Amino acid sequence: MSRYARRRIVNIVYLAASIAATAVGLIFLFLVLYALLRNGIPGLSTTLFTQTTPPPGSAGGLANAIYGSVVMTLVATLVGTPIGVLTGTYLAEYGKISWIAPTVRFVNDILLSAPSIIIGLFVYQIVVVQMGHFSAWAGSIALALIVMPVVIRTTEDMLTLVPGSLREAAAALGTPRWRVIVQVIYRAALQGMLTGVMLAVARIAGETAPLLFTALNNQFWSADMNAPMANLPVVIFQFALSPYADWQRLAWAGATMITLTILILNILARLLASWSSRTP
Amino acid sequence: MTIDYSAAAPPQQRQTMPTSEPIAPPTPVPAPAVATAKPAVRAEIKDLRFYYKNYEALKGINLVLRDKRVTAFIGPSGCGKSTLLRVLNRIYELYPDQRATGEVLVEGRNILDPRQDLNLLRAKIGMVFQKPTPFPMSIYDNVAFGIRLYQKLRARELDERVEEALKRSALWGEVKDKLRQSGLSLSGGQQQRLCIARAIAVKPEILLLDEPASALDPISTQRIEELIAELKSDYCIVIVTHNMQQAARSSDYTAFMYLGSLVEFDETEAIFTHPREKRTEDYITGRFG
Repeated sequence: MSRYARRRIVNIVYLAASIAATAVGLIFLFLVLYALLRNGIPGLSTTLFTQTTPPPGSAGGLANAIYGSVVMTLVATLVGTPIGVLTGTYLAEYGKISWIAPTVRFVNDILLSAPSIIIGLFVYQIVVVQMGHFSAWAGSIALALIVMPVVIRTTEDMLTLVPGSLREAAAALGTPRWRVIVQVIYRAALQGMLTGVMLAVARIAGETAPLLFTALNNQFWSADMNAPMANLPVVIFQFALSPYADWQRLAWAGATMITLTILILNILARLLASWSSRTP
Repeated sequence: MTIDYSAAAPPQQRQTMPTSEPIAPPTPVPAPAVATAKPAVRAEIKDLRFYYKNYEALKGINLVLRDKRVTAFIGPSGCGKSTLLRVLNRIYELYPDQRATGEVLVEGRNILDPRQDLNLLRAKIGMVFQKPTPFPMSIYDNVAFGIRLYQKLRARELDERVEEALKRSALWGEVKDKLRQSGLSLSGGQQQRLCIARAIAVKPEILLLDEPASALDPISTQRIEELIAELKSDYCIVIVTHNMQQAARSSDYTAFMYLGSLVEFDETEAIFTHPREKRTEDYITGRFG
């Protein structure tokens, strides 16, 4: 057999193997999505947004859980993003010659891949135990701790992608360093950084474990950040495991909502990223 | 080469380097009485050495840069010509491993002095890079960027300054109807002229051009060269170029560098017609490099 013929066969074998592997992954993804939509879509209705979580056997919605999820995600993003952006900026712009930057980067990578339940336990120990009760604040802090490493990483990566020639050009006009970063570099990296924040939001929107130990849950409508607060992931967790059919239906509907939200966020992030990388 | 301060304006009329008002227009220097008289010295480089970590990239350069003249640095890749240019506005200090020793005197002050304020220095010594570097903002904001750093102008005054800079860089006609569009939407040659407009909008005293046309097509290159000839009447221009025809066409003085040393420095015509050094002759006739 000639070398060329052998190479063609090897090529076909590898191509077939990679297609098969892709297919296996996609099949399971679509099975999950199919099950979710099939069970979840019938439960989607406006009462989800208008009524609170019901006791077993009566009608109700997810209004309190949706509110809790939105509020805690928002607070966590508002707290985690500035810290993440500033840390990422330090790593990319200022920390080049110091031993601090590699250390922070290493610790951040660990935090990035830490199981979220550990973050929940950590916040339980230092916030919930100190306060003496579960609260939405504790939940927001736990989620912020998950946002931070994601934003740190994407900010650093995006700032590193900005060519050094742009920094030189700005500095060559006599621009102070902070203005180089804020007015030129951030602007050049803006879409990428926004994408990072969106991915972080998508990540925490579905986090259950850190909320179990912090915000816990609330059967009733509550806007008090100092009290336990309902949220979609924990409600889904509780309702899905319950023996009541109406609770299970709400859990499916909630899961569908979260999935669709994350899907939309990811698509937006993707659009932002492609918009930013488009050559003018 | 002697330093000829006699043709310069009296020192009290000239601005000293660090001032509270950094972007004053360069004081007009009286034209030389005799056409053959050499114009004023704008900067003097004395025994300049430059190090990348421990590698000595410039080995004691001595050179003067004259006002209203174009000085070209030529030489093969790695000879140190860009390095020399990057010393003049201390842009190399963005990188911690790089350092320079010696003196670069501008109006009698050594700009390599650690006490020299870097931002004020760079506001007075503009630089244009090899690749166009428009900021990710509108054409107008690109040009206004440097002005806004040091001056608070009324909107109308700012408009005038932007227009003036764009006119001087021969870009106004092409962009006057789309000043709010992104600077990135322009072609490469236009982007480079935008960068020149941005640099001259702050009215620097010296303009450093680091291979400003090497990434451009021949037509854009020609426009940049015309622009250099035009800007020469107001600035001390230093240009690094790989292109010897460009050096011959657009410069008044040429410095030929090789392996970190200045081999020969003279009027451009002299360098290209009867170089004193064998290595210069070999390089400009294309025998090496």
